Amino acid sequence: MNLVPLLGHASLDDVFAWRADGPVRVRDFIADAEALAALLPAGRHQLNVCHDRYRFAVGFAAGLLRGKTSLQPASQSAETLRQIAAECPDVYCLSDGEFDSLDLPRFVFPAMPAVDAAKVAKIPAIPAELIAARLFTSGSTGRPVAHDKTWGKLVRNGRVEAERLGLLRQPHSIVGTVPAQHSYGFESTVLLALHGHSPFWSGKPFYPQDIVAALQAVPAPRLLVTTPFHLSALLAAGLEIPAVDLLLSATAPLSKQLACAAEAACQAPLHEIYGSTESGQLASRRTTADLAWELLPGVALEQADETTFASGGHVEGRVPLSDLIEIRADGRFLLHGRNADMVNIAGKRTSLAYLNHQIAAIAGVVDAAFFLPDAETADGIARLCAFVVAPGLSRRQLVADLRQRLDPVFLPRPLVLLDALPRNSTGKLPRERLQALYAEQVHDGGR
Amino acid sequence: MSAQATPEAIAALLPEIAELVVSALNLEIGAGDIDPEAPLFGEGLGLDSIDILELALVISKRYGFQLRSDNEDNVRIFSSLRALAAHIATHRTK
Repeated sequence: MNLVPLLGHASLDDVFAWRADGPVRVRDFIADAEALAALLPAGRHQLNVCHDRYRFAVGFAAGLLRGKTSLQPASQSAETLRQIAAECPDVYCLSDGEFDSLDLPRFVFPAMPAVDAAKVAKIPAIPAELIAARLFTSGSTGRPVAHDKTWGKLVRNGRVEAERLGLLRQPHSIVGTVPAQHSYGFESTVLLALHGHSPFWSGKPFYPQDIVAALQAVPAPRLLVTTPFHLSALLAAGLEIPAVDLLLSATAPLSKQLACAAEAACQAPLHEIYGSTESGQLASRRTTADLAWELLPGVALEQADETTFASGGHVEGRVPLSDLIEIRADGRFLLHGRNADMVNIAGKRTSLAYLNHQIAAIAGVVDAAFFLPDAETADGIARLCAFVVAPGLSRRQLVADLRQRLDPVFLPRPLVLLDALPRNSTGKLPRERLQALYAEQVHDGGR
Repeated sequence: MSAQATPEAIAALLPEIAELVVSALNLEIGAGDIDPEAPLFGEGLGLDSIDILELALVISKRYGFQLRSDNEDNVRIFSSLRALAAHIATHRTK
């Protein structure tokens, strides 16, 4: 059996994480993970919804020690939880705060028993073939699609990212505004702490002032892991930002203007990561220097027909990408927007097909179509609109039902009730027709 | 931190905050239609994290203080319009 260590650190006394009460050493983390592992329920599937990044990491590591798979859905809506429970009947939910786990058995993150970290003698090893994490995308059929990640490939992902960012030579303290559960936050905070020698801040700052406070709480050099959405809010607040040494953004491409503004405000280089939940991280760029992306070590792209596939290195199998990609002669590539079906709002992704399946599944809905208007500015946030035929249902009821099924950022604004949708003779709804409907019903409608 | 605001000061602030929420977020309802006790997040007014960050920016410019939270999922001051008004009344510097 091929074994890969839980952490890449050279010493048990290295700092693994920063919490409000100070540093957590590698040996403390291992002691906590081993103590929790002894308490976890028997189920092979763990839905880890811990808000605190450190508790998430302890839960994840404890799961690995017990040979469990960490389930990491894109949304925590009631419908998603039901689907997960149906597919993994032994699932339980590890939670450290308020969370409505519905019918899923709940295991509350315990107050850690006093453990003697001095007794930890070595870094545990985990089988490389263990399916360590199962991330989900919304897919196009109305059911979440699972993407299994083996421990060996996850470690490789963390290491190549750390190498690209220079963290193996110079570890940084990581402050992340993104959740530990979603692919980008998982890779760029949790995996970078485990195998990029870079301790993370255990909180998840949200407001600009929280980001500033979190940066102040950790020693330099500092790496801020964020998104265009959080970054533009931070810059707009006009606060004095503590010294940052590296900025990382992902989930949606940044405009060159926002990248320049961020570099000027933080006096630090900004790197963007390109990847997807399906493929893991694939490439990076220094946005102010070159808009083309450079592949991470070991990763290769190939194109067949209209589709680009990623494979090699830490990528699991051969993964089709949903973006339109132009590969340059030097091997770097350019992104030319995404497949028209894909939706990205404030860094959260789904597909129109998935949204349409969800709304059509509501009892009383006869016909419905989601529509994403063009954003007014490159870094602006567009809101979805939905056109719905549902005699007898009110807008309020429909939105309440959708709330059970979708992440709140995907709820339509507005939801327009109609007598019929303008389908063409083959029953299709081309984007132009929806665009015209939007102009007529929403844009000219007094907004 | 300033002293706790009086109930009267909070009540007096309600219409102004309702107006600010509606105009900052381009809501399709009138400021008077917001129930001061109903949740702003989720059920109720239906705001999400995008709205909250936009509102936070407007509030910080208008009232001269920064919003704080240890967690995006724990933005209690948005639990209702009255809770938001109370928070602003207590922390405002202008």
